[in-house]
Amino acid sequence: MKRIFFQNARILDPASNLDVVGGLLVEGSIIADFGPHLDKAPADADVIDCQGLCLSPGLVDIRVHLCEPGEEHKETIDGLSAAAARGGITTVVGLPNTDPPIDDAAVVEFVARRAREVRGVKIFVYGAATRGFDGKRLTEMGLLKEAGAKAFTDGDVAIADAIMMRRVLSYASGFDALVIQHPEEPTLTASAVATEGEYATRLGLPAAPSAAEVIMVERDMRLVEMTGARYHAAHISTGAAAKEIAAAKRRGLDVTADTAPVYFSLNETELLEYRTFAKLSPPLRSEEDRRAIVQALKEGVIDIIASDHWPQDQESKRLPFAQANPGTVGVETLLPVSLELVHRGEIELLDLLAKLTVNPAKLLDLPGGTLTQGGPADIVLFDIDRPFCIDADSLSSKSKNSAFDGRPVQGLVIVTMVDGRLVYDGRKTG
Amino acid sequence: MIMPAAESLSSRHLIGIEGLSPAEIELLLDLSDHYVDFNRSPNKKGDALRGRTIINVFFENSTRTRTSFELAGKRLGADVINISPEVSSVRKGETLLDTALTLDAMHADLLVVRHPESGAVGLISQKVRCSVVNGGDGAHEHPTQALLDALAIRRRKGRLSGLVVAICGDILHSRVARSNMILLRTMGAEVRLVAPPTLLPTEVERYGVSIHTDLLEGLKDADIVMMLRLQQERMRGSFVPSTAEYFRFFGLDSIKLSMAKPDALIMHPGPMNRGVEIDSDVADDINRSLIQEQVEMGVAVRMACLDLLTRHLRGNKGPAE
Repeated sequence: MKRIFFQNARILDPASNLDVVGGLLVEGSIIADFGPHLDKAPADADVIDCQGLCLSPGLVDIRVHLCEPGEEHKETIDGLSAAAARGGITTVVGLPNTDPPIDDAAVVEFVARRAREVRGVKIFVYGAATRGFDGKRLTEMGLLKEAGAKAFTDGDVAIADAIMMRRVLSYASGFDALVIQHPEEPTLTASAVATEGEYATRLGLPAAPSAAEVIMVERDMRLVEMTGARYHAAHISTGAAAKEIAAAKRRGLDVTADTAPVYFSLNETELLEYRTFAKLSPPLRSEEDRRAIVQALKEGVIDIIASDHWPQDQESKRLPFAQANPGTVGVETLLPVSLELVHRGEIELLDLLAKLTVNPAKLLDLPGGTLTQGGPADIVLFDIDRPFCIDADSLSSKSKNSAFDGRPVQGLVIVTMVDGRLVYDGRKTG
Repeated sequence: MIMPAAESLSSRHLIGIEGLSPAEIELLLDLSDHYVDFNRSPNKKGDALRGRTIINVFFENSTRTRTSFELAGKRLGADVINISPEVSSVRKGETLLDTALTLDAMHADLLVVRHPESGAVGLISQKVRCSVVNGGDGAHEHPTQALLDALAIRRRKGRLSGLVVAICGDILHSRVARSNMILLRTMGAEVRLVAPPTLLPTEVERYGVSIHTDLLEGLKDADIVMMLRLQQERMRGSFVPSTAEYFRFFGLDSIKLSMAKPDALIMHPGPMNRGVEIDSDVADDINRSLIQEQVEMGVAVRMACLDLLTRHLRGNKGPAE
């Protein structure tokens, strides 16, 4: 059996609150042992000299757009896997808004087969909550779950109709399945491309009030209370919504939330010059909301950081702002942009890593997310201090629509391992 | 359970199981037993209700229940007529109560009423002089169905008390489930409901029943498995995604049935959707399925109801011999 030894690493495991210098031994696809007592490489092992750099569970990114099937000109499963590996991600969960949509067990199986063929990072999917995201007809959640769907969501479409959302929650609860909402009241956001306020007004862009988010969250909390279902709010971007999530948690509801790096590192000023790479869904918010999201991360109201990776080709972005597609690629910038919170002293490193590893893995019952003896060898080695500038053109992703192009950051991924296989090795180039 | 024997019903109407005492239920079941034997004898024509007029008023389509009531009335010697106001006066704009008063003016002795709205049969009973039997109102009650189910169970198991009965399927829209829950709990049976949460009414556990969203768990060691019809017309909507998924998780087949006791019996109020809530090899298993027997019990139970409710008109004479 192949043995790989990570020597002299700063071993970080948020699940066990571990931060020690030591070694980690991989045997085949699993972690055989790790800790300060492993200071010497076994004779027969390949050695990776970590030089004191950070070794943590691989990142678990629970919100990416797959693009395949249907939009292979924007991204493929191969390309996504390579980009995620380069970002230190070992598991991704794809949204169901492919073409055909993942509202049928056969499409779940298609993606699983492609992931097996590619043999890169682990790829899971969500099932649609309603057929074709029509907001009217339930999907076969039981059969989708048996096929492997990790939770149910209509992706970037809110489940808007209240009685339908109630039935989605209620039906999902029968299978103990999680429902993920894109919280946005669509009658308020219909044609909006920005958040209402001075910037949208000066730019003359159709805008929606930021309250569109909390209005949907508030309603959903009532429905969650009614049905006893498990609920996750995706990419929370406003302080008001975070407050509502915090209140729901205090009431004991089974509710969690994530946000994306764009919502704690950027604000609506990015829209100046009509930069379509900063056109997102939900749209960027005010500086006040950005700070509130940082605060909610600190306080643990927001449990998870997910990339919201959404590749768009040139034709979808080189358009007048209102006509451009929303979204930014994000898997390769997830770690360094998130680490800004650590470098600025906002959040402890282990606390941040928990939101990128063990929390999402636990929520969706995914493999990895923690370092355990006998657990899968899903690991990332990164240099937390290494400075570099994000350069959209040099990203692995097929699409280069990064909202972070040109941003100076710190934190470079050196090695990514999935089930004991090196899926990214930046030692030579780095 | 020790209870004083009842000799008559305390109400002149039978609107629901709710309100019946255990003794009244026993009385109805005992008399039904008598009529089962009567119906099996060569001469099936009694005269206890000779000269009495029974009108079956069905505001909602029914073949099985209406025929069963009609047969019951005729075997007791009554004059029975059927009307479907849905396709007559109601179309002409007559209100429910006007229809009821019209029927009352015809000096019917007993009305059997089925109506799509919950509470409608009770409303009619308040306005007429004769007795009213509920043939099913909305999602409220279907008392004669619950009685015939109880009779079928009691005849095969010898008792109701202490049995574990799993009622599975579309509880939300089912009056059969409601009447059965009340009757079975009144008689001391343990009742479990098994359904996807979208087909369970709110706070239904207040009937003193347990709730299961996993069929295997709900069937574990059950004595009786009662399947309900999944209303196909509601299927494509948003309560349940598809018949395929429903059958996979909530349809009864022989593998799932193996969770229940080895001598567990299967019931279905009909009409069945084979391949949706029940697999044919289970429905047609002559050793396990009570489905045909339920139909037979239906006539006997309805005879017992008609007999008891009209006794005050006949100087409390006993049953037809």
